[in-house]
Amino acid sequence: METSMSILIGVLFTIGTYLILTKSLLRIILGTSIISHGVNLLILTMGGLKSGGPPLLGQHDTTFTDSLPQALILTAIVINFAVTALFLVLSYRTYKTLGTDNMDQLRGIEDE
Amino acid sequence: MNNTVILPMIIPVIAGLIMVIFRNNIRFQRLLSIFAILAVGAVSLLLMNQIRNEGIQTLQAGGWAAPFGITIVADMFSAILLLTTSIVSLFCLIFAFSSIGREREEHYFYPMFLFLISGVCGSFLTGDLFNLFVCFEVMLISSYVLISLGGTKLQLRESTKYILINVISSSLFLLAIAYLYAITGTLNLAHLSLRVAEAGQDGLMTTVAFLFLIVFSMKAALFLFFWLPGSYSAPPTAVAAIFAALLTKVGIYAIFRLFTLVFYHEQETTHFVIGILGAITMVLGAMGAVAYQDIKKILTYNVIVGVGFIISGLASFTSMGMMGSIYYLIHDILIKALIFLLGGMIIHLAGTSKLKDISGLIRNHPYLGWMFFVAALSLAGIPPLSGFLGKVFITRGTFEEGYYWLGAIGLITSLMVLYSIMKIFMNSFWGETYLSREMEKGTTNVSTMLPIGCLTVMTIALGLGSEGIHEYVQIATESMMNPILYIEAVMGGEPIR
Amino acid sequence: MKPNDVILHSVTKVAVFIILTFSIYLFFGGHHNPGGGFIGGLSVASGLVLLYLTFDIETVRRNIPVDFKKVAAFGVLIAIFTGASSLFFDKPFLNQAFGYFNLPIFGKTELATAVLFDVGVALAVIGTAVTIILSISEDG
Repeated sequence: METSMSILIGVLFTIGTYLILTKSLLRIILGTSIISHGVNLLILTMGGLKSGGPPLLGQHDTTFTDSLPQALILTAIVINFAVTALFLVLSYRTYKTLGTDNMDQLRGIEDE
Repeated sequence: MNNTVILPMIIPVIAGLIMVIFRNNIRFQRLLSIFAILAVGAVSLLLMNQIRNEGIQTLQAGGWAAPFGITIVADMFSAILLLTTSIVSLFCLIFAFSSIGREREEHYFYPMFLFLISGVCGSFLTGDLFNLFVCFEVMLISSYVLISLGGTKLQLRESTKYILINVISSSLFLLAIAYLYAITGTLNLAHLSLRVAEAGQDGLMTTVAFLFLIVFSMKAALFLFFWLPGSYSAPPTAVAAIFAALLTKVGIYAIFRLFTLVFYHEQETTHFVIGILGAITMVLGAMGAVAYQDIKKILTYNVIVGVGFIISGLASFTSMGMMGSIYYLIHDILIKALIFLLGGMIIHLAGTSKLKDISGLIRNHPYLGWMFFVAALSLAGIPPLSGFLGKVFITRGTFEEGYYWLGAIGLITSLMVLYSIMKIFMNSFWGETYLSREMEKGTTNVSTMLPIGCLTVMTIALGLGSEGIHEYVQIATESMMNPILYIEAVMGGEPIR
Repeated sequence: MKPNDVILHSVTKVAVFIILTFSIYLFFGGHHNPGGGFIGGLSVASGLVLLYLTFDIETVRRNIPVDFKKVAAFGVLIAIFTGASSLFFDKPFLNQAFGYFNLPIFGKTELATAVLFDVGVALAVIGTAVTIILSISEDG
């Protein structure tokens, strides 16, 4: 299970990196979002995949899964959600104001 | 348990949220923001004295004991930085009152400013690696808003890049946290320190340490500073000043915390690499500062040189070097804010940031000119101003450890810094006066000159009265060189393995 | 031509009530079972977004005249003050307390300060989510 998860994470990182290296701003944002999903899966895998019951009172399991990675992922997802939303709105504003979403043309010229 | 420790984090947040609700009352927002920052300053003074008398102060949030819950820790190093943060942000805030513009004020400038301060304070205070990530994000999201607020073309273009860089480095941060959690099974800094000391810092652990170094280098502009000159020249002066003063310093703080508390076992590898990175940063930064003929560019490259210099103190890892780093960190926060405010004021008056178009401002603005002169000397570390002591200690620290090249590079680059900053002074204040008072693009007033004046006085006072804070700096150094003090304060005597 | 969306309108009128009721269930269920302020708030927000999608933004805004940025701020304030209230009892920040009370209708009920914190979280989530959706959809 861990092996296939690792491969999946690797694939996500590859796709994300490819997208970040493209020129279109929208694709770049999608790339960052895919990478952060990869990171979330990585945290889950690194904390150890399912090895027991849910860590709740009143359950009759003897072994419990570590719940900390899940708490970390929840926080990371919320933060990533906020940042992606902000980034999307800002890039839309950039597109409207500057008339382009091509990173080559967003390089910035010295004589401004 | 000491609930005072949490206050620097929550006071700015509460004030900011109240301002969001009373959005249209600008006067109220200004008053409340000043009040909130003064409160943070008062709390950090209180903390400094508590730490001096009773040792490191901790708070286990929600009453959950140390490795399981979230720990908030204030040692002397954090408390000193908190106090400096509140001083600098107060002056930047006052500068913003008259310079930031009505439209930004109505679009949540003050709440975002306070959230930024809260994120910075939180990063200084947290005793948990994941919580450090959260505080970083609070700070960064506020900084995204502040850098793009106003929506001019330049700001939009630079802020997209700034956000992209930081989003990626935050992903790397989480990645490093995940690996560290897999190896050690904890994220509490004190507990981490224990576990790493117990299991030994093997190759895997050192690799993770380097991953953290890359992440924080990106935030602190240590070697990976390619994003900094563009981003810091986009926002308005008050925002650029607070960015230059605080944001990179939080990254530096994180490097200091991790590499003194957790990853201090393999110094020949980690601290040596940190030293090399610091040296390259200083050289490249100084070259940028000397080469450009644009005020904003020169100032942003000076930020980079400062980062490299502070880090050299850590690379030496002697008490002398550490003490120098703390002195220089305090000085650097103050002086970077001051020099950015001064530079912004020159650009505001002349209407351009190109050095060749500015000349002879001293005829109409003598006070501004002489304050710039004092700031320039202090930046280069001329005695008796505030930069001197830090420079001496850091250089002695590097020499003690045998890193002669590092100390030498530090001294040579400070000469280059002096040259670059004198270039601004000579060009813009000396020479023939082109602009009469009426032809200038802007004016000075009390709200802009007061913070500049106060910060100039602070840099002189910090230089002359460094004896006064010596006791505090010494305590901070001691707690950084002896991780066991930190661990005992957090774990409460009986360490849980 | 105005699209004919009778089906969408009539389904939404029923569905929104189901969503909101379910989200209240989720919210209170969160104390001992899966659920809680975050999920509850998110499903309230999704119900609201469904309303915004079906009827246009202006109509909904006339009927629900709330500034969602203020809702978010208010929510976070409630959460922080719940945490900070433990300062007055000389307990660590974010400490919680609960007790069993005999209430007129419900009988023996467990009341916990954590629920107050959750109210804050729910309001913050509702406010933030709706604000994000609205600011993306508002085209200048």
